[in-house]
Amino acid sequence: MMIRQISVNRVQDAVRDLLIELAYRLPADYLAAMHVAREEEPSSLGGDILTMLLDNAAYAEAERIPTCQDTGMAILFLEVGQDVHFCDGDLNQALHAAVEEAYRDLRKSVVDDPLLRRNTGDNTPPIIHYEIVPGDQVHITALMKGFGAELMSRLRMMPPSEGVEGVKRFVLETVKLAGPNACPPLIVGVGLGGSFDTVALLAKKALIRPLGEPNPQPHLAQLERELLESINDLDIGPQGFGGMTTALAVHVEAYATHIAALPVAVNLNCSAPRVGKLRIED
Amino acid sequence: MDTRSLTTPFTDDDVASLRAGDLVRISGVIYGARDAAHGRMVEALERGEPQPVDLRGQVIYYVGPAPAKPGHVIGPAGPTTSGRMDPYTVQMLEQGVKGFIGKGYRSDAIKAALVTYRAVYFAAVGGAAALLARHITASRVVAYPDLGPEAIRELTVVDFPAIVVNDVWGGDAYKKLEVGD
Ligand code: SF4
Repeated sequence: MMIRQISVNRVQDAVRDLLIELAYRLPADYLAAMHVAREEEPSSLGGDILTMLLDNAAYAEAERIPTCQDTGMAILFLEVGQDVHFCDGDLNQALHAAVEEAYRDLRKSVVDDPLLRRNTGDNTPPIIHYEIVPGDQVHITALMKGFGAELMSRLRMMPPSEGVEGVKRFVLETVKLAGPNACPPLIVGVGLGGSFDTVALLAKKALIRPLGEPNPQPHLAQLERELLESINDLDIGPQGFGGMTTALAVHVEAYATHIAALPVAVNLNCSAPRVGKLRIED
Repeated sequence: MDTRSLTTPFTDDDVASLRAGDLVRISGVIYGARDAAHGRMVEALERGEPQPVDLRGQVIYYVGPAPAKPGHVIGPAGPTTSGRMDPYTVQMLEQGVKGFIGKGYRSDAIKAALVTYRAVYFAAVGGAAALLARHITASRVVAYPDLGPEAIRELTVVDFPAIVVNDVWGGDAYKKLEVGD
């Protein structure tokens, strides 16, 4: 079997360039969904706010300035083929360096310790998740996560008896509690199952799925549709001033769990959903 | 919808004339401050020390801007979540602050305090930071420069767009949502 050699320098450059691009340019799928939402939004103030957010995205891209002052914490998902060998240095260090370089002209929003709270000065460290997959490819997804929406995200270990109705109640409650704080229109990531740690990761992974692509499992796709409809019936609307565009999409990710529990996590993304993917080329 | 133009500092008549849901354009000087600056201002008050800026009639904008690109006076500068400043807000009202700009819910206690002290809470559009920065024509750090993006900034704004959320009459432009029903 052939082992593919990949230089960590190549990874560093690619991740840095992706992060810089994400700061200035919102994803095409998000912008397309926003254009549709603006056409359909019955609230006139809500429609004006959607127009302002679209104008903001166009202006930031043209000027090459960040769409939002909070360029977040960098969260990196690496899918690494098991036939890959990283050479020329330490992969983790290369990813830290990529973040440091990307945030040079961006706001530094990371503190070194949750209690001592000293700004690290370079937006490191990132949060890194690795997954080993078959093959010799490396795919990296970057999420620059704003914390207005992160702060309103929630997790609950429910008893199985609460069932799908319990899940719906918890998701709707989370969106209501978030209201205007999370900068709606939202993208709602729901994790179901696994254990206490993995259910939160599932909810985060739900946020990196292409916008509005349904879960391949029919019962979960149906849950996504029902949740989106209920959320948009809440009349929270753009920025919380009423309207039907409270969320652009609900994505559910599920995993096996224990007979004793129905873990559920809701991770919210905001009006600056900076998500991008890349593949490391030769 | 009608848009009202307002100039800082605000008078009691200015704030009394505003109603929840009004669209406004604010011009004049406002002060940018967020979590860490509020913590320091309140600590200074508790020690009986003077405040770094005279806040009578002034407006505080909850903002931590991005660095300015060369040739720009400030980087993108949208609102941050206001509720985090609730624990410090009564002290700011006691200093004579007449307006706050941010995004998101205030606590019931702060909404009541806005009525008592006759001050208004406005929202700016979260996520529209690049456009909002175009309404800022000058920016100067006036206190706590060591706090970086959290330093207190004196910002000169022209027609800065905002929406009245909580007025001095108890009005609230955010929808009431019952949780636990
Ligand atoms: S929640 Fe998102 S859109 Fe709102 S201020 Fe934070 S990063 Fe920006």
